[in-house]
Amino acid sequence: MDLSYSPEHEAFRGEVRSFLETHGTQAPRGGGPEALAWQTLLIAHGYAARTIPKAYGGFGAEPDILKSRIISEEFSRAQVSTGLGGQGISMLVPTLLEMGTEAQKRDFIGPTLRGEMVWCQGYSEPNAGSDLANLATRGTLDGDDWVINGQKIWTSTAHLADWIFCLVRTEPDAPKHQGISFLLFSMKTPGIEIRPLVDMTGAANFNEVFFTDVRVPKEQIVGRRGEGWKVANTILGHERGSLADPNQMQTRLNALIDLMRTETVGGVRAIDNPVFRDRLMAIQGRVLALRCNDLRLLSAAVNHQGAGLAGLVVKLQGTELRHELEALAIDVMGEMGTLYGDTPGLRDQGSWQRNYMYFLGLIIGGGTSQIQKNIISERGLGMPREPKLAQA
Amino acid sequence: MEFGLSEEQVMLQQSVGRFLEDAGGLAQTRALAASGARRTPDLVTGLSELGVMGLITPESQGGTGLSLLEAALVAEQLGAHVSPTPFIGTAILAPLALQLAGSPGQQGLWLPRLAAGQVTAGLALSEQAGGREDAGLEGRNGILNGRALFVIDYEADLYVVADTAGRLYLVPATAPGLVRTDLTTIDVSRPTGELRFTGVVAEPLAGAGPDLVQRLLDVARLLFAADTLGAAQAMLDQAVAYASSREQFGRPIGSFQAVKHMCAEMAAALEPCRAMVWYGAHALDHLPSEAHVTACHTKAHVSEVGTFVARTATEVHGGMGFTDLVGLHYWFKRIGLNRQMLGGPQALRDEAARATGLVS
Repeated sequence: MDLSYSPEHEAFRGEVRSFLETHGTQAPRGGGPEALAWQTLLIAHGYAARTIPKAYGGFGAEPDILKSRIISEEFSRAQVSTGLGGQGISMLVPTLLEMGTEAQKRDFIGPTLRGEMVWCQGYSEPNAGSDLANLATRGTLDGDDWVINGQKIWTSTAHLADWIFCLVRTEPDAPKHQGISFLLFSMKTPGIEIRPLVDMTGAANFNEVFFTDVRVPKEQIVGRRGEGWKVANTILGHERGSLADPNQMQTRLNALIDLMRTETVGGVRAIDNPVFRDRLMAIQGRVLALRCNDLRLLSAAVNHQGAGLAGLVVKLQGTELRHELEALAIDVMGEMGTLYGDTPGLRDQGSWQRNYMYFLGLIIGGGTSQIQKNIISERGLGMPREPKLAQA
Repeated sequence: MEFGLSEEQVMLQQSVGRFLEDAGGLAQTRALAASGARRTPDLVTGLSELGVMGLITPESQGGTGLSLLEAALVAEQLGAHVSPTPFIGTAILAPLALQLAGSPGQQGLWLPRLAAGQVTAGLALSEQAGGREDAGLEGRNGILNGRALFVIDYEADLYVVADTAGRLYLVPATAPGLVRTDLTTIDVSRPTGELRFTGVVAEPLAGAGPDLVQRLLDVARLLFAADTLGAAQAMLDQAVAYASSREQFGRPIGSFQAVKHMCAEMAAALEPCRAMVWYGAHALDHLPSEAHVTACHTKAHVSEVGTFVARTATEVHGGMGFTDLVGLHYWFKRIGLNRQMLGGPQALRDEAARATGLVS
């Protein structure tokens, strides 16, 4: 047990801090051209796309989990943007690095990293949610093109995306997990219709996407025909853990404490109400437990060890806890906790209400809590699987 | 950066676990309860041979010279095996008090004998964490009067007791004026009781004060949490094994989501507790500014999770979980006692809030 960092890593932390002192004020608050310039600067210094090979537009550093952690800690401390995110960078780039052809890596990774090519993910469908492999969007080979027909749903940022990485059933006669291919195509291709899906927070980040005879050149496939499930699963695990970062939770907890120190009901500060305070402290204890668990995961990753159950529980525990944390803030505010949108008296830009709803979305998205419990019990505890009732 | 157990730590944990298993595990606790005996000299001897009774005592005093992280790993094993051996008082708290506040003479007299398992030591601390009834000890000029309840490792030869001013004293079990009254609790694996002092002449630990008392409380709390972690893990393991083999409606009940999700919920709540106990122990060893709050949070949170696991694992066993035949209730009760000792979750969360300036 040793929670200290090596001199090399402490020196690296110093470099990151001095970068932030010099350049931190240039960091963009929103999107636009400034965000792209910031991204380019971050890649040049190795604070974004750090371990992506130089040949593909990255910084080309050796993987070092602690250095990545230091970057994220220091940027978070300085409250400076860590650059562009999105499913292209977080999911497609690692997938292409593992499974893409040389041409695909050269054509797609660089522009994606620089923010010149924005992606959306075409996985879920109306009848393929938790049972994703049940997807029915069809791809039929016609000459040199795949012809795609069907519908996707929950497609984040489809309205902003230039391209889509999409799971399509190309082998209708194969068993369901072996009949899927992983295709890449432009969202400007004729035959694509995007309809926004307004969620309970009032935002419309999700969309429904309809494909009618969309023609995609047949070489725009990652992996072989029928290997799409395997390709998609090479990185699906990444998404789950990242939905519940305990360090972000600590930042939010600190904001909750600030709120409880200022918010009064009947002249009494919320923090002085023993019932609210006990709820706060219980949440603080649970956040601490997840932060300790996160240290264990970090250490396991540094040593190239599997994390087992400690990793499998993060999405379930983290999203549920975050939802409860936001809920406490709403209770603390009493009637003021119902204010939402542009209205007098609103606290913290309405973030507590918005996050309370948004995190219910994350409890469901990325594998529902019930699916997480199946995974924990079957893969983590080795319990018997549900008997298969019908074979697809 | 290394957050995990070393090979030596894993080996210690395994060898203690194996020893307790060979000693009979639950069967030994049952036999002890049935016989009415309250002492376990064989266990104490065996554990001292493994270095456990002198775990944190320096090698120069006959101990093993390890840290509180190792103590937490041992406590976890004791909980897992519902072991009826003295440990928290005899092996950890009394040696800690002697090391930090005893005279060289007191250290030389007691530390080697505790480490060798020749002497056991109980700790009277409950009143320091919120006294019940009118309990509490008044110390004046080395004379003690009053009562102490829920003594840790109560079946002992020597007591370390705290008075209301936060001073500590050594009192032999045979001291004139000391009357012991056994208390029967839900948990037969750790006998406890009350000490009543009437004009007892006691030997002070000269270096002791409220800070040391606080330290002893924090260490004890962390170790109770570690004990609960082990006990809860044992209950979860039994629930998973039972649900995977017990069949109803023609299939293992663990294949029904209603049942497997209960197991998943237990595992999801419990697994982070392991890292939390490690971190809490590490904080007691090396991070003084965090140690107190972390100990409070760890015992509060692990107790909540332990209570949930104790109830849910029992339920997974159906009617059998309720019986003495399966014996799950020994762990259930162990977790129940750990939860109440030296502050339940609500009291500890309040203490953590006070320590972090959240209470005006």
